This record gives sequence, structure tokens and C-alpha cells, in this order.
Amino acid sequence: MRVVIDGDLCQGQGRCFSIAPSVFGFDELGNGVVLASGELSEGELELARLAEANCPEHAVGVVE
Amino acid sequence: MTIEKTPVADFATDFDHTDPAWVADPYPIWEDLRQRCPVAHTERYGGAWFPATHAGVTQIAKDTENFTSRTVIMNDGRPDELALPSPIGVAPPITSDPPFHQIARKLILPAFSPGAINPLEPQVRALCRSLLDRLEGRDVVEASWDYARLIPPSVIRQMLGFPEADTDVFIDVVHTITESVDLPEDERIAAFEPIEEYFVAQIEDHQANPRDDLTTFLLNAEIDGQKLAVEHVFGTMILILVAGIDTTWSAVGSSLWHLAQNPSDLERLVSEPDLMPVAVEEFLRFYAPVTMARLVKHDMEYLGVPMKEYDWILLGFPAANRDPAAFADADRFVIDRAENRHVAFGLGIHRCAGSNLARLELRVALEEFIARYPRFTLADPDQVTWSQGQIRGPRRLPIRVG
Ligand code: HEM
Repeated sequence: MRVVIDGDLCQGQGRCFSIAPSVFGFDELGNGVVLASGELSEGELELARLAEANCPEHAVGVVE
Repeated sequence: MTIEKTPVADFATDFDHTDPAWVADPYPIWEDLRQRCPVAHTERYGGAWFPATHAGVTQIAKDTENFTSRTVIMNDGRPDELALPSPIGVAPPITSDPPFHQIARKLILPAFSPGAINPLEPQVRALCRSLLDRLEGRDVVEASWDYARLIPPSVIRQMLGFPEADTDVFIDVVHTITESVDLPEDERIAAFEPIEEYFVAQIEDHQANPRDDLTTFLLNAEIDGQKLAVEHVFGTMILILVAGIDTTWSAVGSSLWHLAQNPSDLERLVSEPDLMPVAVEEFLRFYAPVTMARLVKHDMEYLGVPMKEYDWILLGFPAANRDPAAFADADRFVIDRAENRHVAFGLGIHRCAGSNLARLELRVALEEFIARYPRFTLADPDQVTWSQGQIRGPRRLPIRVG
């Protein structure tokens, strides 16, 4: 499983890095970035899914 | 001058967001519109449309081809090309369209990114505590006028690096500015004169003595290698004040209004402080304070209705947040709602640039109020008054704390 942020959709709503700060961070403009590389732990995966479900722009994805 | 308006009989065909029924309680009106229309129309304001659904609001917010942001406050009279500001707009980036919008937005975003905003938490907390100290000893406190109202201007004054001694002057200035939004153009310009003088003096002081604050940041900002003109810096400050003050005041006020009437939610926040960030998102969903406007760019059939060039769109983010098609139990406040894609800060390219700051202020204002008064109730529901217009929140809110 991988997490992705679609840079065309992301508008810096800020939900992902608040909900899952170990998985997502932010850049200088406040847009979301993926921090985690490699395998996510069970807990991180759960938080990443929650971030996905809370992104108003549908920019966050947890994919195979 | 206030013109008496005819009361609205049917919001589907003659809506008016300043009608007393809408001001008092808009939520049943929106639910009714969702079932009947779902895009309401009015001949008022020279012609306007109101999509009451999440899908409709989303589609328009993201569509900068067919709609312009050049005027975002709906007012009387139908604008035309000559009366409209240029695509750059009077208050970039909120009144700008692509491609200029992006340039103006990128300029200010770094100053409002989490990296810049998170470190402000201790000073926001100290401010809230000192405002609460002033209310010490009272059994009933005016939670809107004497608490929520005073937080955003002081935070922005600190960010701008304007003198602490000017706190009261600054708050008066801010009210003149935010109230001027509804004034006719000539009165607005007259009201602005002393304000411009005050701001220009502060800006010049920063030019002479640069320091680490938002004013210096704006003075150093560049478009195409060119520093911003003083008027552009002043204009950006005005936008930040107009966009950041009444909005945040309203969000804090509505949240306290809710807690004063829902003791079980208050108890949960007192006993589970870690729930606050999740609760803040639900306060933002349920009591979203900001409705925006757009103008239709050309005649077209859109969302199944015949829109005409320069018709208004009243873009109801608060209505979208109550749409059962987008939220389970949309009309119920669920303090620990885990999935909450609310759109209180808008959608698409105009996403609220101040959302990180707004969330910080809302969370800390609530945390400190609750820490001081773990139990409180509405002192007198009849004395609660609500703002009229595109920003919704309580303006008088007597709360019994003793
Ligand atoms: C709870 C408080 C707030 C709410 C609900 C809110 C809501 C919004 C919304 C819905 C928009 C989108 C406008 C549109 O689509 O036309 C917006 C834009 C904006 N807001 Fe806020 N706002 C809040 C607080 C703030 C604060 C504290 C600031 C700054 C100090 C701020 C600065 C801005 C700016 C600069 C824009 C324009 C962004 C652009 O056009 O790119 N807001 N806000």
C-alpha cells in the first residue's frame, strides 16, 4: 500500500497532515506532501485512510 | 439608509439571504430547497441563483471558466462589464481569476502556512487568557462581543507587527473596515481615508525599520522581481482584515453558542481534551460562517437552470455542509464525526488562505474558554442576535458562567 497526494487537486486544506502527521507534511505554501516512504505500519495506514476520507478536494489516496 | 424589503414568501423563487427568516435560522430553508429545486432563484439583486446542494456548490466553486470572482459580495444592482474591476480585482487573490489569481495567492501563502502559523499558538493562548481575565468575577459574560470579537483583530495586529498600544484603535479601525463592505462606494472611500493614513504610517515605519513580521514580509514580497507598491501592500492588509476577522469571530461565537446549549458536548470536551481538533472540524461543518458569491460569465444552461451573464451566484458553503447526500446525519451535530469532508473554507483555487490561522484561533479560543468555565449555559436565548449577510455568527451572546 502507498499513499499519494494529487498535486493538481491539493489546495492546502490541511486535513491530511493534521490527522496523520507521521504520514503527511506540508510544503512552504502549505500544500500537503507525503512524508512516509516504504511500508506503512498498521497504525499509519489507518490514519492515512482517515486522511483520505477527510480531504475535501479528494486529493489524498491510499493505493495498492 | 435602510430600504424596507418585502418579506420572502417563497425562497425557491424569491430568495434573499438578508430576510429575517434566513438570518434567524437558514437551515430548514436550505433543506426545503434541496428537496424542491435544488437551485433557487431570485429577481432581487438584479438576478441571482442559490444552489443548495453539495454537488452544485462544488461544481461552481471549481469552475473558473463559467464564473468569475471579481465581486464576491452580492449587492444590489446588476453589475456590468464597465462596473466590474479588472480580472486582477480590487482585493487579490480573493477577487482575482486565473491566471493572475495564482500569482497573488502564492505571494501570501507562505505567511499563512502551518510552518508560519503553528508557532503563534502560545501568543494566541496568552491573548485568550488575558481577555478572560478581564471578565473575572462576572456571572454572565458577553461571549461574543467581549471575547470572540476581540481575538482575531489582536492576533492579526500582532502578526502585522503594529504597536500593542494601538490595540483599541486597531479594533475600531477593523470594525470600520468590515462594516464598510456594505456601504456605497463613495461612503466607503470616505470611511477609508483615516484608515489608510494609519496603515501607511505603519508601513513606512516598517520600511525604515524592517523586522520579522507580516508587514515586512509583504514589503519584501516580489512579483516578477518587482517589490509590491505600498498600495498593494495596503490592499493585501485590508483583504486579510476583511477575510480574517468577522469570519473567525463568527466561528468562535457559534461554537460557544452550541456548547452553551449542549451540556453533553461540553462535558465531553472537558473530559476528553484530545477530541478538540475533531470537534473543531464539526463546528466548522455545522456552523460554517462564510458564504461567497460569484458572477456568471455568459448566458448558459447550467445545473439545469437558465443562467444569464452577470447573474449572481450565492455560493453557500454552509448549505453544502448540511447536504444529506454528502454527510451521514447531516443535520445532526456529531462531536466526534470521524469522516468530515466539510467545505467551510471553500473548495478549489480560492481555498481560504487563512485556514491554518483560523483553526488555531478557533481551537485555542474554545480550549481556554472551557478551561476557565467548564460549565456554562445560555443566559437568555432572546438576547442572542445573529449577523445579517454573507458571514453568519452570533453578535450578542450572553452566557451564564457562575
Ligand atoms: C473560520 C474562519 C474562516 C472561514 C470559515 C473562512 C472561509 C473562507 C472561504 C469560504 C474562502 C473562499 C472564498 C471563495 O471561494 O471565494 C476564504 C478565502 C480567503 N480567506 Fe478565509 N475564512 C476564515 C478565516 C480567515 C482568516 C483568519 C484569514 C487570514 C487572516 C483568511 C483569509 C482568506 C483569504 C486571503 C482568502 C482568499 C483566498 C484566495 O482567493 O485565494 N480567512 N475564506
